Formats: sequence, C-alpha cells, structure tokens
Amino acid sequence: MTAVAPVTPRRLSHASLVAGLAVAPAVTLLALLLFGPALAVAVFSLTDWQIGAPSLRFLGLANYQALFADRIFWTALANTVVYVVIVVPGTVGLGLVVALLIEAQPSLRGFYRAAHFLPVMSTMAAMAIVWGTMLHPTIGLVNRMLAELGLPATNWLRDPHTVLPALAVIGIWQGFGFAMVLFVAGLKSVPQSLYDAAAIDGADRTLDRLRVVTLPMLGPVTMFVLILTATRAFEVFDTVRVLTQGGPNFASDVLLHRLYTESFDFLRTGYGAGLTVVYLAIVVLLTLTQARVLDRRVHYT
Amino acid sequence: MSGIALSAIVKCHGATPVLRGISLDIRHGEFLTLVGPSGCGKSTLLRIIAGLDAQDAGEVVIAGRKVDGLRPKDRDVAMVFQAYALYPHLSVFDNMALPLRMRRLSGAQRLPLVGALSRGRRPIEEGIRREIEETAALLDIAHLLSRKPGQLSGGQRQRVALGRAMVRHPAVFLMDEPLSNLDAKLRVQMRAEITALHRRLGSTFVFVTHDQAEAMTMSDRVAVMMAGELIQVGAPDELYVDPRDLRVAEFIGSPKINVVPAAALDQGTRAAMIAVPGASTLAFRPEAAELCAPAAGVLAGVIVTVENLGSDIFLHVAARPAHSEGTLPLIVRVAPSARRFAIGEMVGIDPDPARMLQFDASGRRLRARERVAA
Amino acid sequence: MSTLAHLFRMLRWRAFARHGALALTTLFALIPFVWMLSLSVKPPEEIFQPEFHLWPQQFSGVENYRAALTAAPMHLFLINGLFVCATIFLLQMLVCVPCAYALAKLRFRGRDTLFAAVLVGLLVPPQALAIPHFVLLHVFGLLDSYAALILPWVISTFGIFLMRQFFRAVPDELIDAARLDGLGEFEIIWRVMIPVAVPAIAAFGIFSVVAHWNDLFWPLIAVRSEELSTPALGILLFRDDEAGQFLGPLMAGATIIVAPLVVAFLFAQQRFIDGISFTART
Repeated sequence: MTAVAPVTPRRLSHASLVAGLAVAPAVTLLALLLFGPALAVAVFSLTDWQIGAPSLRFLGLANYQALFADRIFWTALANTVVYVVIVVPGTVGLGLVVALLIEAQPSLRGFYRAAHFLPVMSTMAAMAIVWGTMLHPTIGLVNRMLAELGLPATNWLRDPHTVLPALAVIGIWQGFGFAMVLFVAGLKSVPQSLYDAAAIDGADRTLDRLRVVTLPMLGPVTMFVLILTATRAFEVFDTVRVLTQGGPNFASDVLLHRLYTESFDFLRTGYGAGLTVVYLAIVVLLTLTQARVLDRRVHYT
Repeated sequence: MSGIALSAIVKCHGATPVLRGISLDIRHGEFLTLVGPSGCGKSTLLRIIAGLDAQDAGEVVIAGRKVDGLRPKDRDVAMVFQAYALYPHLSVFDNMALPLRMRRLSGAQRLPLVGALSRGRRPIEEGIRREIEETAALLDIAHLLSRKPGQLSGGQRQRVALGRAMVRHPAVFLMDEPLSNLDAKLRVQMRAEITALHRRLGSTFVFVTHDQAEAMTMSDRVAVMMAGELIQVGAPDELYVDPRDLRVAEFIGSPKINVVPAAALDQGTRAAMIAVPGASTLAFRPEAAELCAPAAGVLAGVIVTVENLGSDIFLHVAARPAHSEGTLPLIVRVAPSARRFAIGEMVGIDPDPARMLQFDASGRRLRARERVAA
Repeated sequence: MSTLAHLFRMLRWRAFARHGALALTTLFALIPFVWMLSLSVKPPEEIFQPEFHLWPQQFSGVENYRAALTAAPMHLFLINGLFVCATIFLLQMLVCVPCAYALAKLRFRGRDTLFAAVLVGLLVPPQALAIPHFVLLHVFGLLDSYAALILPWVISTFGIFLMRQFFRAVPDELIDAARLDGLGEFEIIWRVMIPVAVPAIAAFGIFSVVAHWNDLFWPLIAVRSEELSTPALGILLFRDDEAGQFLGPLMAGATIIVAPLVVAFLFAQQRFIDGISFTART
C-alpha cells in the first residue's frame, strides 16, 4: 500500500480489491465443487444419463417414480430409520451415563475418558472387519461367550432378524464415547453454586441433584448430542459396506449404501441422482431441525 | 434464640491452612458482616456455617443445636450466592417453590407426572403458592413470578434470590457477596433494602463481603478476617476509631489511613509524636490532621493530587520525612472553600496527637493507657 | 463418629459401584481392540480351536505382521493417508483462512450473500455430491489419482465457518494496530491472524485429518488402484485379497491401519478430544 492514499474512493476500491482477492479462491471452488455439483445432481435426476454415455434424454420425474415404486428403496429407508432409532437412544443414553459416572469422582477419570474415546478415533473400516470376526458364528467372541453361558449360537450378520441390531451395536460402540465427551463438557459448565443452592434448598441426594440441577442443565447439550448422533447414524455406510453389503436379502441395506450401489456399482446415474436428492432432502431437514434446536438452546440464559 | 456459636474452627486445603481456629459468637437477630481481602477465608467460614464444607476441627452451634453432622438443609439456614445461583430452567415461582417442595412433599409426590396425580399434593401446593405470593409481594417481584431468570435484570435476580431464601423463614440468612455482581448505583440501593429486610424479619444475618464500605454501612457488628484469622470484631465505628491491629486500621476507612514508620522521623518529631514506648508505626486518619505552613508541620511535602468531592477535599501529599529514602504518601482532609490548592505546592501537616494510633513492630495496637502502666 | 463411619462406608460403596459400572463400559469400548491384537499374534489353528486364550500358546505375531506388510502395500496405505490428509488440510487452510478473514473483518459487497452461501453449504452432506464429483473428475481424466482423492475436499464450508467465527472474536484494535504498523491485509492474515488462530487451526486440523484418514465412502469411488489406496480403503482391499482370508494377517493389517491415529490420540488426548468436540459444537 502506498503511503499517500487519502482519497476515500481509492481506499475503498483498494479494500474491496483485497477482499476480492481473499475470497476469490473460495468463491470459485464453492461454485465449482459445491453449488454447481448440487445443481448437477438435481439435473441428472431428471434424465436417463449414465456415466460415460454420449447422450442423455430428459425423463421428467420418471426416476423419482421408479424410486418410489422400488421396494428396495423403501426397505433401505425403513432399515435406516430402524438403525437410527436403535443407535440414537443407545449412544446418547450410554454416553450420558458414562459421563455422569466419570465425573462423579476424580479417580481414574483420565483413563476412562481416553478408553471410551478410543473407538471414536479408530478407522471404522478396519474396526468393522474386527467386529466381523467377533460376530463370526463359530470362532467369534460373542458366540463363544454365549456358548459358555449355554446359549445357542447365532449367525449375527447373516440372520435378517439380527443383522440390523448387530450393526446398530457397532454404531453405538463407535459413537458413545463422543457423546460422553460432549456431556462431560456440559457437566463441567454447570456452576458449582447451583449444587450448593440445591443442597441448601434440600436437594442434596444423588437423585435429587440429578433431577433438580444436572439433567436440566444438560438439557441443551442433550438436544445437541441427540441431533448430532441422529445425523451421523443417518449417514451409516462403512459397516454396511464392509460387513454385509446390504444383505442378507437387503435386510441391512441403508440409504447411503443404496446410493453408492445404484450410482457406482450399477452406474444408474439418473436413478442414483434421484436417490441423492431424496437423501439430501432428509439430511437437510434433519440439520435444519438441529439449527432450530441450537437456536433454542440459549433459552436458559 | 437463633444465634450462631463458632468455636475454634480450623480448615485446611491440603497443607495450607485456610482457617486457623476461628471462634465467634453471633447473636440472635444480629447483622454480622465478615469482611476481609479475597482469600482471607471468609467465604469458607460461611460455607462451613451453611454445611457446604466441613471443618477439620471445631464446632458450629446454630440456635443452641450442634449442627456439625447435619446436612445443609437440616440446619435451618438459607443462603444467597454471589451469582445468585438461580435455576435457569425454572420460573421465578418454581425457583422459590423448590426449597418448600423439597421439604413438604414426599419423594413420591415430587416425581414428575406421577407426583401431580398423588392425593394430598393439592393442598400442600396451594399453601406453597400462598406463601410465595406473600414473599413476592414483599420484595416487589409478584409480577415476575412466571418469568425465567434469564429474562430478569441483575437487581431482579437479586430479589428472587432473596425471595428463595426468605420463603422458608430460616433462622439464619447467609449471604456470600450478594451485591458484587450489581452496578454501583444498584449496589447502594440494595444495601439499604437488605438492611431494611433485616430489620423487618428480625432474623440473624451473616453477610460476607470484601468491600469495607458495605460492611461499615450495613452491619451491627463487623468481623475483620485476614489470612485465616479473625482479627477484630466490633461495631463499625469501633473498628474505625479503635482498631486493634494495623491491618484493620488500613483495611477499614476510605480514603486509607496514613501510615508513618517511626524510623523515618527525626529525633524531635519522634519524641513529639510517639506517646508509647516501643511504637514502631504511627497512623492517623485523613481527618485527624491539620494543614499548616511547611516549616511548622511535623511532616511536610508536596501536593500531588487534589481530590475535590465537594463536601470534602482530600489532598494527596508526597511527604519527605527526615530519615527516609523515598517519599511517603499521605492524605489529608481539608474543608472546602478554605483556599485553592495547587499541585506542586509545599504544605506542612500537623497530626492531632490525641488521635494518633500507635502500633508495635508486629502491627499490634499500643494504647496510651499502657504507658501509664509502664 | 458413627455417622462419619457410615459416610465413609457409603463413599467406599459408591466408588466401588462407579468403578464396576465403568469397567463394564470400558470393556465394551476396548474389547474389539483387545480381540484384534490377540488374533493378530495367533497362528490360524489357534484362532479356530474351540477354547480361547487371550495370549497365544504359540506366538505368531512376527509371521502375521510380516504377511500383512508383504502381501499388501500397507506402508503405501499409511503414506497415502498421510499425504492425502496433509494435502487436503493445507489446501483447505489456504482457501479457508483468507476467505474467513474477509468474512469476519473486511467489508465488501456481497459479504452477506457469501456468508449465507457458506451456511447453506454447511447443510450439504459430502456424500450427496459424489456423483457430480465423480463426473467432473471423469471429464478431466483425473479418476484413480491422488487428485481425485484430494480435490473434492479442498473447499470446506465448515472450515470457513469455523475460522470466521474464531476471527470475529479477535479484537479489531489488533488488526487496526497492525495496519498502522504498515502491514498489508495478507500480511495481517499471515503474521497476526494465523498465530492468534492456532488453537482453532489445530482443532480443525485434527478434525479434518481424522475424517479423511477414516473415510471409506469417497476413496471407494475415486480410486481403483491398490497403490493409491488410503488406509480405510486399503484394509478393505486387503481383506478381499487372497492373503486377507487368513485372520491373523488380516488383524495384523487392521492393527497397522488403526495404530497411527490411536497412538497420536494417546499422546495428545486432550488436544484430540478438544479438537473433535470443539469442532462439533461450533
């Protein structure tokens, strides 16, 4: 910048030049990699285009008609919902209980926190393989333990009744440490003076303290963790891809896995794009709910 | 009779002593203030009275009953906290109702949903509502009962916190710096309101503050604490006029008392001012000295600041005592309108020997009477 | 005295119950790791024998890990992971930081529109863009390359948002002081904002690296060649390989893939936990 730049318009144009330079890469890439592609998906979903095909035909809503007429789509959607409905309460509940237990007393706090957080850090594809061997019908740890208790063996990942719950348990395993960490942060921000006030007011037993102070104060964090866990559970893919590929007979197929298979295994781009649009709509809806809840979480103070 | 008797209370955090044997009798209906710099242990002492912390040794008696094994809720005390500690998720009404509900409803009746159905809860709830409305009217917060604490101003929260303490009609009110989160104007107003409340309720108030002005204006008696010890307990004017320790003399009163090390004075001045043998420190209040010509004063120095409050003028003087390397900061009060003072002007200071306080090397007050005895 | 003793007993019982309950959940969290390590040092016959020992009777760790490392280019998976994650993070910062600074501290036309666009972008899950990204890379002939793994992630609306929030908290006086000292806007970013933003950058870095190291969905689409695989994809290819049919080497491979992040986490637990929960809460 030159030392003499006193004229306001020149300074202004200089400032906007700087701003323009600063945002130019981001704006270009946003258009090229985010909004352009999002638009493209919507357009693809109205055509019969296949990747690599030289031409395409406008189909209108035919892809969506096909999608909604597709039994497998509805199965995948129902499976996803079931998975979310198991994973969310399991993850949030277990995360909350563990956080309360860890924070109740100081001994071994650091160890417990690290141990429970380990699954969050680990590569799910690799750990899914490990879970696969643990759930193996003959040599797996789970059936070995059941045998010790005299219980019959189950082929967890091949039985249509157990495959979704089994995947859900893996989902809970991966996520509850994360919920725990968020709850611990929430617990730490509860002011001690509220517990003191509660003790003077007569709420000094563990359950009363929980009811009067801890749980209400965790309310906003809990809503946040709930929505976050739901969003993540909705995007389940790795375990399904690695362990079941949606089987047996689509009993464990989920939306994102459907999306992947249709688009990249079968290369039905138009149909896959339609599925993507539906998936996008659901995720956006979920996230907007989250934003509304987050707005409301300031209502205490 | 709901006085409090503390005897030889000791509390340590690890190896560091926080309270070193505090004994104090607080009379029934008294407004007693625990005052001292931060970290002196006053809040810890209050929490021990409340039962929020346990002492390591010593005994707490409230209303003639030893309460050491008792939980806070069984001690018949209420407490107002520095940041008010209102439950943010509950309305003002529910905040005030909580202590009553915890006492009057059974565990089953307190359960959510199920409790509402239980027989016998109705009349209890109605009683609670009546009492809260009475208290709220008294504190002028009746129109706020359905609001959440987050929607209230600082002063309103303060009243709600008082209301939550009052609804139970406790024998003892404990207040932990309750005014420190308010702005200056509101603080002065709340001082008056709390003392008025004390007069109307007639209960025992124990009030903790680091602000000596609060202590002086509100209390029947003030207990000054320093470094875990109780240094002096007395009525506010007694502490001001007759401090037993240099630290008390320095802590109480604004502007601060003038402190003059005896060693800094020359032989003649020392002889003129020291009334007690062994006194190593002299102190006098800003109003206990007269201004005079530089040569005529016991001390002399240059005016550094003129603080004109209208009713009084405080002159900050940098004195140069004979045997001192640096300057000695002194403050003298003069009546207004006498004359104009210029910064840099040389003035003499002539303290009134009768109002001169004398302390030994350890800061203990020496009295003129003791010289007669010696 | 009796109340004290009672209290003491109660506390002991509570501590006991707490450790008991936490031992169970800790077991749940750690057992897959223990199982993985245990199988990774066992010979095949021991894995399949009816009785189970945590520690093998015949230690085959060396053979298993050697098999994993030779049958598949494990070291390549790790190097790819490191390279791809580091490049993605660096490029993200290069794009995000100036943009976030402009959004937070500069006034220009279209600022609000751009920020609104960033917020909308936050709503879009990356998987939803897989098809057009694939097409784009196909058109430019970039599929099955490092570029394919990296390019779609170069713009992070989340990174822009996070850094913008952090920059907004930096007092304007600091920037004005720097301007008076004669620094240009980009120098301000480099010499003032980035040093101030180190905690946020670290948090975002941890978040970004963990996400892309562990990602399976996109590498599965973007690359076919084994030697371009990132860790998550690599272990899957290894399993579907002939050598992966043996559980010992497979578990050894999984251990190798999981180890870097887990070890890094154990060394800097607080940073990781803060980083991941900080980025989640913003």
